[in-house]
Amino acid sequence: MKLTQIAMAAALLITIAFTSCKPKDSEIKTNVEAALKTDMKMANTMVDVNDGKVTLSGECTDEACKAKCESTAAGVKGVKLPVINNLTVAAPMVTQPTPASTTTVLDAATQQKVKDGLKDIKGVTVVFTADKAVITGEVTAANRMKIMQMLSAAKVQSDVSGLKDKK
Amino acid sequence: MALQEKYAQLLTAAQTHGVENLSVAEQNGVLHVSGTAKSTADYDALWALYSQIDPNMASGDLMMNIDIKADTGAQLKVTTDSTSLNIRSTPTTDGEIVGKAAHDEVVTLVEKTDDSWWKVRTAQGEEGYAYAQYLSPM
Repeated sequence: MKLTQIAMAAALLITIAFTSCKPKDSEIKTNVEAALKTDMKMANTMVDVNDGKVTLSGECTDEACKAKCESTAAGVKGVKLPVINNLTVAAPMVTQPTPASTTTVLDAATQQKVKDGLKDIKGVTVVFTADKAVITGEVTAANRMKIMQMLSAAKVQSDVSGLKDKK
Repeated sequence: MALQEKYAQLLTAAQTHGVENLSVAEQNGVLHVSGTAKSTADYDALWALYSQIDPNMASGDLMMNIDIKADTGAQLKVTTDSTSLNIRSTPTTDGEIVGKAAHDEVVTLVEKTDDSWWKVRTAQGEEGYAYAQYLSPM
């Protein structure tokens, strides 16, 4: 009978332990949020706590901020490690300039330019896919260079994997 | 970034040669390099480097849209293999042939119509469009 009593006591203790843990989550959440508010960059981070496990979400300005949010949260008393860091990093503000040499459409005029450029180079054929000029045949090294230069000038992307060296 | 590393030597050379308006951008797995080389020699050197870095230039990962500095009135040498260069009424091979410039002949640049066709004038005064690939600024 003594064994049953011990088991019951243990069960009771475990129950108390769990129930006493529950209200702590909100406390942890408040403490983590307070810790994050010390830095303006981290102030908007969203915090979720479940059984002491902290999940961070929202958007950070950069990787450094994301890491700092995590380490800050990890340092708060009662937080179970590891901290789940679901923060995303915002895309950098600088917009990349559109390269001057991109052509996306191989319109009739552009195709004609390529054909014109290949007119005097014997032994090669060209077919056009949606975005590339596929050139096949056999060429000398000098003519290969000419073809590539011509394609670049016409801003045409190419597939020359089928273009062989003339023996 | 990886492509800029692959072609790092070429990009450095472009800067060393003083390529004007040099622009480098990577987009959809293709590195786009554009600018204006100061001379035909610089242009040739850059292309030689390209073919050295990417044998046969077959990877399709570089678009080197570099032209050669040539202002109106510049002297251009006809660099066909041996044949004459047709000078046409319009900037397309559909254009009527209005003149011819012999291999190695020097013509004058009237206007860079686009990257592929330039308007030129021969010593005989014939004026029309010729395929820029066969014209080298001197």
